[in-house]
Amino acid sequence: MNVVIDNIDAVALAFSYTVLLFLIAGVLSLVFGTLLAAFRVGPISVLSKATAVYVTAVRNTPLLIIIFFFRFAGPKIGINFNFVDIVIADIRLNNIFAACTVGLTVYTSTFVCEALRSGVNAVPLGQAEAARAIGLPFSGVMREVVLPQAFRASVPPLASVQIALLKNTTVAGALGVFEAFARMRSFLNDNATERIGIFVAFAVIFVVLVEIVSFFANRIERRWRIA
Amino acid sequence: MSSAPAVLFDVPGPKTIARHRLYTVVAAVVVVAVVAFAIWRLYAEQQFEYDKWEPFLTPSYVEALLVDGVVTTLQMAFTSVFLAVVFGVVFGMGKLSDHWWVRWPSWAVVEFFRAVPVLLMMILVFYTYGIDRGTSGAYWSVVVALTVYNGAVLAEVFRAGILAVPAGQAEAAYAIGMRKTQVMSLILLPQAVKIMLPAIISQCVVTLKDTSLGYAVAAPGLTAVGKQIYGGFNNQIPTVMVLAVIYIVINLVLTAVATWVQKKFVGEKDPLEVSMVGLTDPDAGQVSARGH
Repeated sequence: MNVVIDNIDAVALAFSYTVLLFLIAGVLSLVFGTLLAAFRVGPISVLSKATAVYVTAVRNTPLLIIIFFFRFAGPKIGINFNFVDIVIADIRLNNIFAACTVGLTVYTSTFVCEALRSGVNAVPLGQAEAARAIGLPFSGVMREVVLPQAFRASVPPLASVQIALLKNTTVAGALGVFEAFARMRSFLNDNATERIGIFVAFAVIFVVLVEIVSFFANRIERRWRIA
Repeated sequence: MSSAPAVLFDVPGPKTIARHRLYTVVAAVVVVAVVAFAIWRLYAEQQFEYDKWEPFLTPSYVEALLVDGVVTTLQMAFTSVFLAVVFGVVFGMGKLSDHWWVRWPSWAVVEFFRAVPVLLMMILVFYTYGIDRGTSGAYWSVVVALTVYNGAVLAEVFRAGILAVPAGQAEAAYAIGMRKTQVMSLILLPQAVKIMLPAIISQCVVTLKDTSLGYAVAAPGLTAVGKQIYGGFNNQIPTVMVLAVIYIVINLVLTAVATWVQKKFVGEKDPLEVSMVGLTDPDAGQVSARGH
């Protein structure tokens, strides 16, 4: 435990990479996941089927393989992120960070798509029928009746997806970003006598981060819940 | 699922049908163009050359991929799931216990291991146990880490499964004079197992995907074989493709089994789903376990 306290700066830096990976990939995955979900439930069957195939393929591939693709295989065919090089104080966001963020986004957005789709499917048939019966056009049906309920129903599964993403950021540590997992691994390697303490310290920080995300998720769910 | 469009759209009129036809053509062209572009890029970068695919067409490499790769990975996954079910039953029962001194520790263990990333656990086990034991050490690091994580998830599944049995069943059993253990083992468990089976099989998919994390501790399995192959042939792209396809095929088979079991044993009811957002109150399950 002492080694964690003595190197608190390094730990804080490592966790800022973790949080950045989580925030950037989280926002991007919500955007792309929504787009995928729109294709998936939309009226154009070609797009719907193509999206279904894509989502099934990506969901069933391990995250490690996907990040590995962007990290090591992509550069072989000209997919690289060498143009990314942002330095904020001690934090340096380079091509490795970008490749891992893209991998996390690609993987997570398919789960976001499925969460949103389950939300749309959770809206009872009668709601859309009633909306059409009072003469709302398609856009009105979606905007006023279906989507507000679909988003509410999607909050718990979306929260699960985002919490999974927070934990999945550690995979980026295994593939070259020096975030919390990589930091912990080097501590474990250098301090044979304090291994349990180091693990507990890092694990507790992760538990706290997960609890923070689930706290906000619960608040949003409660605020949006219909009485 | 196929009813979703019927929920959202009116039956289209002639104008809309024409518009949709246009969209369909445009979308089809775009999809084909994207796929064609990807294939052309791969071709232009010489990823389809024979020497890049040679290991996947050579019997000895294919055998290594299937035996050292697929079989070891499946072994790791199923050992973990089996142990995780045991872990899940113990702590799931613990969470439903009438005694607070059983309930609270069980709750703490489940919540802790559900929130901690698998890799953290894996690397701890690796450094404290596996590092001096070579391949088997790495193997068991993966299995132990996956067991405690999936065990914690399955404990929730188990609890939800028991709670999904109608309250009247337990009440009726108590009314005819059964004791707590009898109610659990004769009435609740047999009914709950049916509800839980699909969720357990779905968890196998998660576990199988997570075995790939063994990469971090150089564990045996598909990723290790893949690493050797691209190390020797410098063919990252074909290797990633082949590994991904193998994982996808196994997972689709597992998913199909889960769906079949769901239809066979559970029927039309929704599959059991456990939120990742933990209940913060260890007594929450207890209250509803007693009936509403």
